[in-house]
Amino acid sequence: MAAAVEIENVSKVFKIYREKYTSVKERAIHFGRVPHEEFRALDDVSLRIEAGTTMGLLGHNGSGKSTLLKCVAGILQPTNGTVRTVGRLAALLELGAGFQPDLTGRENVYLNASILGLKKGFVDRVFDEIVAFAELERFIDTPVKHYSSGMYIRLGFATAVHVDPEILLVDEVLAVGDESFQRKCLDKVRTFQAEGRTIVVVTHAADLVRQMCDRAAALDHGRLVIEGDPNDVIREFRERLMSGVTSAAEVGLDVARSELSPLWGKVKIDEVEIRYPEADRHNVRPGEPLSFDVHLSAEEPVSDVVIGIAVYGPMGQYIYGTNSSLKGADLGTVSGRKRVRFELGNVPLLDGTYGLTVGAHTIGGLVYDHWEQKRRFEVAAGGRDEGLVALPIEVVVGEGD
Amino acid sequence: MTDLPLSTRTITPRGHLGTRVRDIFRYRELLVNLVRKDLKVRYKSSVLGFLWSLLNPAMLLVVYYFVFSVLLGSGIPRFPIYLLSGLLVWNLFNVGLLSATNSVVGNAGIVNKVWFPREVLPLSAIGAALVHFFLQSIVMVLALLAFRHPVEWRFLPLLPIALIALLLFCAALSLFTAAANVYLRDMQHFVEIALLPWFFCSPIVYSYDLIASKLGRFSWLYLLNPVTPVVLVFQRAIYGDYSSVVHSFPYWWYARNVAIVLVASLGLVALSLGVFRRLEGNFTEEL
Repeated sequence: MAAAVEIENVSKVFKIYREKYTSVKERAIHFGRVPHEEFRALDDVSLRIEAGTTMGLLGHNGSGKSTLLKCVAGILQPTNGTVRTVGRLAALLELGAGFQPDLTGRENVYLNASILGLKKGFVDRVFDEIVAFAELERFIDTPVKHYSSGMYIRLGFATAVHVDPEILLVDEVLAVGDESFQRKCLDKVRTFQAEGRTIVVVTHAADLVRQMCDRAAALDHGRLVIEGDPNDVIREFRERLMSGVTSAAEVGLDVARSELSPLWGKVKIDEVEIRYPEADRHNVRPGEPLSFDVHLSAEEPVSDVVIGIAVYGPMGQYIYGTNSSLKGADLGTVSGRKRVRFELGNVPLLDGTYGLTVGAHTIGGLVYDHWEQKRRFEVAAGGRDEGLVALPIEVVVGEGD
Repeated sequence: MTDLPLSTRTITPRGHLGTRVRDIFRYRELLVNLVRKDLKVRYKSSVLGFLWSLLNPAMLLVVYYFVFSVLLGSGIPRFPIYLLSGLLVWNLFNVGLLSATNSVVGNAGIVNKVWFPREVLPLSAIGAALVHFFLQSIVMVLALLAFRHPVEWRFLPLLPIALIALLLFCAALSLFTAAANVYLRDMQHFVEIALLPWFFCSPIVYSYDLIASKLGRFSWLYLLNPVTPVVLVFQRAIYGDYSSVVHSFPYWWYARNVAIVLVASLGLVALSLGVFRRLEGNFTEEL
């Protein structure tokens, strides 16, 4: 199969100035030498993306994933190496970039399209589609400075996807707008996939990658660490991510290379059971109790056992982590079967599907067994609050001063 | 679909000059749209709109006429016609260079998010200045009609050539200053300051003959200013040899000088495209 994007030995070095001297005087004072450190955002990255695949680029903040996308988009020039793209390319880096507040929606669509390299004749043909997709029929001749941020983003997305790109670069922009528009965006992306276009998504939301991508790659500190099947990549990514986060390390979820642990398998996690408040309702509402039952087994008696859990949000955010030892629970000696229950008096979360990771390890952090988000639980919030956490907000109205 | 650009693209630390020129040409429609945007945004929600771009030179004309003709006595008959024919050229150069210098920094929002040949930005700023130039030419025509002043038809064919030479020179300079301004914001202030003496180094408010008689056989030095030959052609064609105070050289003299500017500017454009290309790599990091 032909490659749509070929990244060969790409490195990108940024100069980080401790102070930025941008005037002649300042440069003269410092004899033209500006003190700086070099930061290697990308280090010899090579990646081939076949035409027609959807590639997910995973990486946490500062891993270089966005830098790589910008290099592919041509916005940044690599310090070394080559990026070759075959096919028309559109990048959804920031929706509505370059919109002029004083111009109307119509004028902006034409301007934006020509920034993306389109001719007027082409835009004429798809203009009505763009407006319909953005649901802005009534406002298209209003200056965009009067638009709400949602309208702005809708018009930006609509313009960008109607450019008819063969390669679409997406940088976490799908997480914007209201829910119905998000679904529309995802539908559009699915259509693109069905039409055999190449899509590159940059995100740290592992779920999104699992849902959408047929290939994935993970970046860590500017290096490409793994490329392949999304599930493998996500696992590797999670492990690396957690190994980098101290709080996770403190609660004993430092499971990097867990399979290599000398104690691997001494204690086994047989089952992780999500116990909803009502047996026939497979979700929990905010404020209701919830518990997780971890069933363990050990063939030989093991005395040094700590169970750690971690909860992940719908977009893969690490929300919470703790372990039995931190909570003051002593498991004693595990011999044969044992059950450890984590009880939540009330669930402080809002709508969404949450991932649960469970690990069994020694107090020192050597891993016996590890279940990486094999279990998920559903929170169904009835209210109209938005976000992840149900903060106990009260509104108090008083007389002004 | 043939009306869509960018089929294959290779991004390396360096691109070829030829590819760059081709890219700019592919994006000519963006150039036109940016010019249109520039003009629309500038006069949006102002009552007089485009009239402002005519009032500006009209005001300059009144002030310079009063100072140089009435107060100081330039000795040039029909001074407004003389002044305006040079001022038109100068305004194009002045406005074009100033707005182009700021064009990349001013459009940081697009530069950081979308790929397109960045050279389009300074070029479109010059394009907008060119539109103003044509609008201001209306004032010129009105002035000619008011004075019933005859133009030198013979010299008119030189005007477009002189104009192209000036545009090329302005583009060469702007590509450099626009790119440099990203790294050193002093550039735009420097350009502003430099344009002041430059104006008086060009024979706009006084006659070329005045300088030439003082410099004698070194008057070629004065002609090194690329704006001068262009201004001289405009004065010769529009003001003509109405008065013996003002220069009246043979046809070939004007043609030769403009041709030199044209060829030199072409070379400068190639050079500054190269410089722009080198500096462009780190735009996103500096903006």
